Amino acid sequence: MLDYSILIEHWDMYMQGFANTLKASVLALIGSFAIGTVMAVFRIAPIRPLNWIGAAYVEFIRNIPLILIVFVFFVGLPAIGIRFDSFTAGTLGLTVYTAAFIAEVIRAGILAVPKGQMEAARSSGLTYLQAMWYVILPQAVKIVIPPMGNQFINLVKNSSVLGVIAGLDLMYFGDLISSETFVTFDVYIFVALFYLLLTIPLSLGVGALERRLAKSR
Amino acid sequence: MDFVGAYAPAHLKFLLEGFVVTLEVAFLSIFFSFLIGIIIGVLRYSRIPFLSPVLAVGVETIRNLPLLLIIFFTYFALPEVGVKLDKFYAAILALVIFESAMLSEIVRSGLNSIEKGQIEAARSSGLTYTQTLWHIVLPQALRRMVPPIVGQFISLLKDTSLAVVIALPELMNHAQIINGQNVNYVIPIFLLVAVMYFVVNYSLSLVSRRLEHKHS
Repeated sequence: MLDYSILIEHWDMYMQGFANTLKASVLALIGSFAIGTVMAVFRIAPIRPLNWIGAAYVEFIRNIPLILIVFVFFVGLPAIGIRFDSFTAGTLGLTVYTAAFIAEVIRAGILAVPKGQMEAARSSGLTYLQAMWYVILPQAVKIVIPPMGNQFINLVKNSSVLGVIAGLDLMYFGDLISSETFVTFDVYIFVALFYLLLTIPLSLGVGALERRLAKSR
Repeated sequence: MDFVGAYAPAHLKFLLEGFVVTLEVAFLSIFFSFLIGIIIGVLRYSRIPFLSPVLAVGVETIRNLPLLLIIFFTYFALPEVGVKLDKFYAAILALVIFESAMLSEIVRSGLNSIEKGQIEAARSSGLTYTQTLWHIVLPQALRRMVPPIVGQFISLLKDTSLAVVIALPELMNHAQIINGQNVNYVIPIFLLVAVMYFVVNYSLSLVSRRLEHKHS
């Protein structure tokens, strides 16, 4: 039987951690969507050096661990005088990491839009950027919504690395509560339930969206 | 930044020792996750009453939890209920729990991608369900699963770095120990560690891409 008094007595701490986990995930989603879109456009733009920058970013970041990127913001940059608090360092790390995955999602979305659309837009006088912004990206958005949902689920789970650098998230408060109560098992079961409270509805939603999109094709 | 000091031979040797532990943990974990993942995937695919739904709930729960939490659990929480594991085995157990849930989904969708007509044909030519699964469905599905499985292995290799929280002496942990000596080592060491992960993972992703082209 779980000791629910832990949950009741430390409710405020759990809530604070839950709020910060959600905040870090949402902020990182917005930031990585912006960087990811730029990198995706870089990768398919008809300018070679931009292609290289986009590909280098995606391939490098995707193949190194998230925690290393978070450490770069938390320990690496302070070594050359650029300091962040732990929550900011963690959220920036999450943003840089997730942007590489989102760039791939968006690139796939853009490539799924038929080529004729770009040609038609260009020949009716729009510049490349205008055609991208007004014609291609709005159509790509529909295709990328379910995989973006998956990326958000990953973000919520990955935000737990904030706990490693005392980033005030759910994992951090779980750690704090367990060192106050000398209980680990029950404390982390409650932490797990809070994560599931976020991720399970998201998973179900993404699943439903995927099925709807598959049907409409 | 002190590149010369950071890349002293003793440090390089120490990082390599850490990388060996990273690779060892990754290979052992992928091996066991693969076996368990296939079993769970096949059991879910076969729609066995009671067992398949229970497995579905288990897999979905694990997949929706952070791996870091599972590592904390196997190392810090299990001793409270009498299961005390050494860091090395606690890390492997956590990775196996998490990755076998992930792999079981790859196996299940691989099996689902095999046309139903093949199963019907095999069954009507007299094979039992198990024979059909073993001789017809699994061999074809496994070939299709190779690229996503390699992708999963890349994530696993990156995820071993999370075991830094239980001070498993892998690559990230050794990097942090060197960084602790001198603040000027931090950036050169992180750069080198990033390159080490990148070289292995990028090579794996190239292999995976080649396999994808071969089969499509």
